[in-house]
Amino acid sequence: MEVFFQQLINGVSLGSLYALIAIGYTMVYGVLRLINFAHGDIMMVSTYIAFFSLTGFSLFGFIVPQMPWYVSFPISIVLTGVLGFLMERFAYRPLRNAPRISVLMTAIGVSFFLENLGLVVFGGRPKGFPTPGLFAEIFYVKDVALSSLSLWIPLITLIFLGATFFLVYRTKSGIAMRAISRDIETPQLMGIDVNRIISLTFIVGSSLAAVGGILLAMRYPQINPLMGIMPGIKAFTAAVLGGIGNVVGAALGGLTLGLIEIFFVALFPDFAGYRDAIAFIILIFILLFRPNGIMGEKLPD
Amino acid sequence: MRIILRIFLVPFLLWSLVSRAEDMIKIGVILSMTGGTAAFGEVTWTGMRIGRSIRPNVLGKEVELILVDDKSDKIESANAAQRLIQKEKVIGILGDVASSNSLAIAPIAEENHIPHISPASTNPIVTLNRKYVFRACFIDPFQGEVMAKFAYNDLGAKKAAVLMDIGQDYSVGLSNAFQKTFTKLGGKVISRVNYLSGDQDFTAQLTAIKETNPDVIAIPGYYTEIALIAKQARELGIKTTLISGDGAEAPELTEIGGKAVEGLYYTTHFDEKAISTPLGKKYVEIFRKKYNHAPDALGALGADAYLIMLDAIERAGSTDPEKIRDEIEKTKDFQGVTGVIFIDSNHNAVKNVVIRQVKGKESVYVSSVNP
Repeated sequence: MEVFFQQLINGVSLGSLYALIAIGYTMVYGVLRLINFAHGDIMMVSTYIAFFSLTGFSLFGFIVPQMPWYVSFPISIVLTGVLGFLMERFAYRPLRNAPRISVLMTAIGVSFFLENLGLVVFGGRPKGFPTPGLFAEIFYVKDVALSSLSLWIPLITLIFLGATFFLVYRTKSGIAMRAISRDIETPQLMGIDVNRIISLTFIVGSSLAAVGGILLAMRYPQINPLMGIMPGIKAFTAAVLGGIGNVVGAALGGLTLGLIEIFFVALFPDFAGYRDAIAFIILIFILLFRPNGIMGEKLPD
Repeated sequence: MRIILRIFLVPFLLWSLVSRAEDMIKIGVILSMTGGTAAFGEVTWTGMRIGRSIRPNVLGKEVELILVDDKSDKIESANAAQRLIQKEKVIGILGDVASSNSLAIAPIAEENHIPHISPASTNPIVTLNRKYVFRACFIDPFQGEVMAKFAYNDLGAKKAAVLMDIGQDYSVGLSNAFQKTFTKLGGKVISRVNYLSGDQDFTAQLTAIKETNPDVIAIPGYYTEIALIAKQARELGIKTTLISGDGAEAPELTEIGGKAVEGLYYTTHFDEKAISTPLGKKYVEIFRKKYNHAPDALGALGADAYLIMLDAIERAGSTDPEKIRDEIEKTKDFQGVTGVIFIDSNHNAVKNVVIRQVKGKESVYVSSVNP
């Protein structure tokens, strides 16, 4: 029984991470019908920003001192939001009226660009992420080990899910976002600044990726320029599983995927190396039999 | 005017290319300078360059090392080998560290009759039934045996758990050898679970292992995963002793693992305290002067791979790859950096194994086991 609870906690903690990253994926898709393949790499950049502001560095003679986590994490989240803005402004906006496939290829291009830029700037060797003490504590309930992070992650995911939900369904910008997701031309006639709303979507989506990235880096304290690829694809799977375009669906999809992965390994330890394959088999089956996912609405086209 | 310039320039360029090729002895190097095992590539390359600085000439000519990055990828490794042989016309290839990559290079070297020495790939199949492929290190079965013997005899472990990376030939080979020897000694492998290199989360596997309560956990993988596994194991309240192979040896092990990897034992190829040869002493001296910290095993093996190749070229008295191959095969009693090296009939280097333990940020020498 204790083993079951331990695995449940392992699963929820992994699943919440996927959920947080998947929300950003699904937001961008919801508004632009664009699968932003660079999402995982945006997340990678956020972990490096957090890493360097936590440890301090010197650049062109300027010495940037070590900063506590409550300063460096917000810096990382804000700068990653700016990166998301720049990415949309210079890579996607010029292609607004191009065929969707061109934008998709550009997204893959941006992804490769960020990965390789990371290799050049940060080097290929993985870095150990210094997890702040607050998040590194461990409690025991009987024999079940609870790292404080495995409590923080679901909590933070829930908070950001609520905030996103509020933004999309309760604010004017959210109404505009949903309007654009239906039809990009009509809102322009209604006086909605479409560019501004799309920029906002990318800023929010990328900031969420940063939150996910920082939590991921603390949970698995190893960062490298290619670290975004796998979580990116997993979060994409989670978003499809939950119904791409749907914020709550993405969160549920992430949680489901995390639990499936952990319990697959727990029940079939001999096949533990194939857990990634399981995620992709799920993706294929969802696409075949329920392309709208768990929560997906029927798309109007 | 331009045409005249070209007429003069072209033969000059051609001449300079030809003369360069004649003066230099070209040896190709394939290493992972980026990607998952980039740390291995970097330190091996450092060692090779120190090896070259100790012995930069052979047969009265200067040696040129041509480095190609394989991005820690099998396909890139094969491409690199093709490029070095076809385009650069190298007379020998050194590389890579990860067995999977060396296994991609070996068939190409074999096909083109170019001698290939891997500095540190310990999987037996790398050289198995191959005429042109050699290595400067011992093999997994031997390393796995030493791990098992050390766990059973010195640590007094009776029940072991094995956590194997099924994506790495290296890890599979080491795990099998460990299990075989540990069982033969009278111990029992009570749980054996898998993961895949690149995985981040090992909590499910570790929770399963925790339940079986082993005396020792063998993790014959690479440093990034070992560090993450150790960290998550300690978080789950597993206090069992951890043991791994030479894949653990990189500064990242303690950078990522922190306090979690404290006390971890690993088998390896080299320790300053186990040095017996003049070449070894010289290597340590240069390394210390240049980098001001203790030299690592992979660098020493990189230097050895280079020096074995040069020794063979010297004895062959020619740059003919066939003759060099014959001489590498005859290497015996070679006083290398990591110890006295024999090349056996399966093209493996036979020499002693060192056991080290992680203490703080460094590793300390525990013992050495002769073949």
